[in-house]
Amino acid sequence: MLIQTAVFYFFAGILVLSALAMITVRNPVHAVLFLVLAFFTSAAIWLLLEAEFLGITLVLVYVGAVMVLFLFVVMMLDINLAKMRAGFARHLPVGLVVGAVMAAEMIVILNTPAFDLARPRLKAADYSNTRELGELLFTEYVYPFEIAGVILLVAIVAAITLTLRKRVRTRSQSPARQVNVDRKDRVRLVSMDSE
Amino acid sequence: MDSLNSDVLLALPEIALLAATSAVLLISLYAGRASEALAYWLSLAALAITAVLVDFTSMQPELFAFGEMYINDPLAVAIKLFACLTVATVFIYARPYLRQREHARAEFYILGLFATLGTLVMASAHNFVLVYLGLELLSLCLYALVVFERDSSDASEAAIKYFVLGAIASGMLLYGMSILYGLTGSLDLAEIHAYLGNRGTDSVALVFALAFIVVGLAFKFGAVPFHMWMPDVYQGAPTAITLFIATMPKLAAFVMAIRLLSNGLQELLTDWQQMLIILTVLSVVFGNVIAIAQSNIKRMLAYSAISHIGFILLGILSGSAFGYAAALFYTVIYVLMAAGTFGVLSLLAQPGRDLDRLVDLKGLGSYNPWFALIMLLLMFSMAGVPLTVGFYAKLYILQSLIHDGMLWLAILAILMSVVGAFYYLRVVKYMYFDDADEQFRLQRSPLAHTVLSVNGLLVVALFIFPNALLNYCMQVLN
Repeated sequence: MLIQTAVFYFFAGILVLSALAMITVRNPVHAVLFLVLAFFTSAAIWLLLEAEFLGITLVLVYVGAVMVLFLFVVMMLDINLAKMRAGFARHLPVGLVVGAVMAAEMIVILNTPAFDLARPRLKAADYSNTRELGELLFTEYVYPFEIAGVILLVAIVAAITLTLRKRVRTRSQSPARQVNVDRKDRVRLVSMDSE
Repeated sequence: MDSLNSDVLLALPEIALLAATSAVLLISLYAGRASEALAYWLSLAALAITAVLVDFTSMQPELFAFGEMYINDPLAVAIKLFACLTVATVFIYARPYLRQREHARAEFYILGLFATLGTLVMASAHNFVLVYLGLELLSLCLYALVVFERDSSDASEAAIKYFVLGAIASGMLLYGMSILYGLTGSLDLAEIHAYLGNRGTDSVALVFALAFIVVGLAFKFGAVPFHMWMPDVYQGAPTAITLFIATMPKLAAFVMAIRLLSNGLQELLTDWQQMLIILTVLSVVFGNVIAIAQSNIKRMLAYSAISHIGFILLGILSGSAFGYAAALFYTVIYVLMAAGTFGVLSLLAQPGRDLDRLVDLKGLGSYNPWFALIMLLLMFSMAGVPLTVGFYAKLYILQSLIHDGMLWLAILAILMSVVGAFYYLRVVKYMYFDDADEQFRLQRSPLAHTVLSVNGLLVVALFIFPNALLNYCMQVLN
C-alpha cells in the first residue's frame, strides 16, 4: 500500500508540475511536449486505478495521434506569444475567481451523499479491464456499438464528399500518353543550309 | 448462440441496408463514369430489398432483439416501409435535377441510404441510446447533403446554421435523457415507463428533464420557436436536397416523438401536453401567417411545413391512440404532398437556375397543363380542401382534439388553416390566371413523370378511400 501511495504521489506531482509548465513556458513546442507529459502521467494514474483500457487509450489516441497533430500545427504556425501574453496580468483576477468557483463547486459536489461510495475492492491480478469492456461491447451493446461505427463511416464519407474535388491546376502524369508517345511528337528535324 | 441468431433475423432489414450501402459505396468508387447511374439503380434495389425484408420480419414472432434494445412492433414496420418508399420516390424525382446540375455524384444516394438507415434505427429504438444514435446518423447525413452543392454560399450558410442548431438540439436531448437516466436508473423505454408508473411523477426534476427532451424534439421537428433553421435550409439547399429534407426526416421525427413521449413518458402526459400546446399554437399561427409574406416558394413551403408540423403535434398531444393514429396519418399524407410538391419544383428547375420564386410559376397551366394540375391537387391537399386527402388528414386531427375536449385548439387550427389556404391558392392563381414571363421546360425522365403523376393522383384517390390508410394507422398504434 505504501509503495502504491508513493507511486501515486510521484505521478501526481509530475502531472501537476507538467501542467503548470505547459502554461508557463515561453516556447510553444515545449508547451505541447509538457502537455504530452501531463497526458502520459495521467494515463499512469489511471493504470493505478485499474482502468488499464482508458490509460492505454489515452496514450494511443491523445499522445499518439492528437498531440502529434498539435505538434505539427504548432511548428507550422508562427505563433506570436508576446501578443497572447499581453493581457495576462489584467485577466488574472477573473481567472482566479473562476478557478476558485470551480474548485468550490467540486468540493460541494464531492461531499454530497451521492459520492459517498465505499472504496471498491481491488481486483485480482489476472482481472482484465479491457476484456470486460470488450465483452460488454460485443454482447449487450453490440447493436449500438455497430451503429456508432456506421456514424463514423458516414463522417468519413461526408468529409470526403465535402472536401475532395478534382483540382484543375494540379499537374499529373498520364502513363498511357507517355507510352504512346511518338518520335515525331518530340523531335523535329529541321534542314538548314550549312554556313 | 440461438438468441443471437434470432436477433440477427429480426434486424435483417438494417443489416441488409447497411451491407447494400457499403456495397454501393465501394462499387461507385471503381465504376468510373457509370458510378452515378450504377449507384442510383443499386440504391433503388437496396431500398426494395430492405422493404421486402421489413415485411418479412413483421411476420416474426419475437418482439425484441439485442436485449430489448431493438423493438419490432407494427409501428416500426410501418415507419420503415413508408421510409423506404419515400426515399425511393425522392431518388427518382431528384435524379434528373442532379444530372442536369452536373453534381450528379454517387454520394447523394449513399448519404441518402445512410440517412434511411438512421430512420430505420430510430423506428426500432427501444432505448435512449439507440434513439440518439439513429438521430445522429440521420442528422449527419442531412448536414452533409445540404452543402452538397459545394460552391453555393447560400447552401453553406444554411448547412452551418443547420449543423450548429442541430448540435444544440442534440445536446438538449442528451441532457434531458441523462437527467432521466439519473432519476430512473435506466435507458430502456419500457423500464422508464414502469418506473414512472410505480414511483409516481411528482418530481420537479422529471419535468425539468422532460422540458429538455421536448425542446430537442421540437428542434428536430422544426416547431416554433425552434424553427429558425427550417426556412434557411429549405431555401439554401438545392431543390432536390430540400425534397429529401422535407419528406423522410418527418417520418423519423414522428416515430421519435412516439417512442419518447408515448412509449417512454406516457405517465408524464399532462406535463408534455401543456408543452406541446404552446408549440402547436405557435407553429400553426406563425407558420401560416409568415408564409403569406414569402416570395420564395421554397421558403413559403418551409413555413407551410412548420404549420403542418403544428398539426402533427396537435395529434400527438391528445395522448390517445386515435390521436397518435391521426398524427401518423397526417405525417404520411404530409410526406406524400411534400414529395409531390418539391418533386414538381425540382423537375421544373433549369440548368443553373432553380425555380424558386413564386412568380416563376406564372402561366404553368397554359404551357404544362398536366403538371400544373398535379401541383393544383397538391396545393389543394395542403390547404385541406375537400376532394383531396389533406381534408381528411386535418379532419382526423380535429376529431381527436374535440374528442379530448380541446375545442379551442380545434377552432384555432381551423382558423389558421383558412389563413393558410390563401397562400396555397395564390400558387394556383399564378399557375392558371397569369401569363408566363418565361417557360420552364420539364426535365425529361419518363419514370419520374409517371411516379409524380401517381403521387398527385393518389391525393385524390386517398380522399375517396381514406379508410384503408386510417385503419392501418389505427392498427399500428394500438
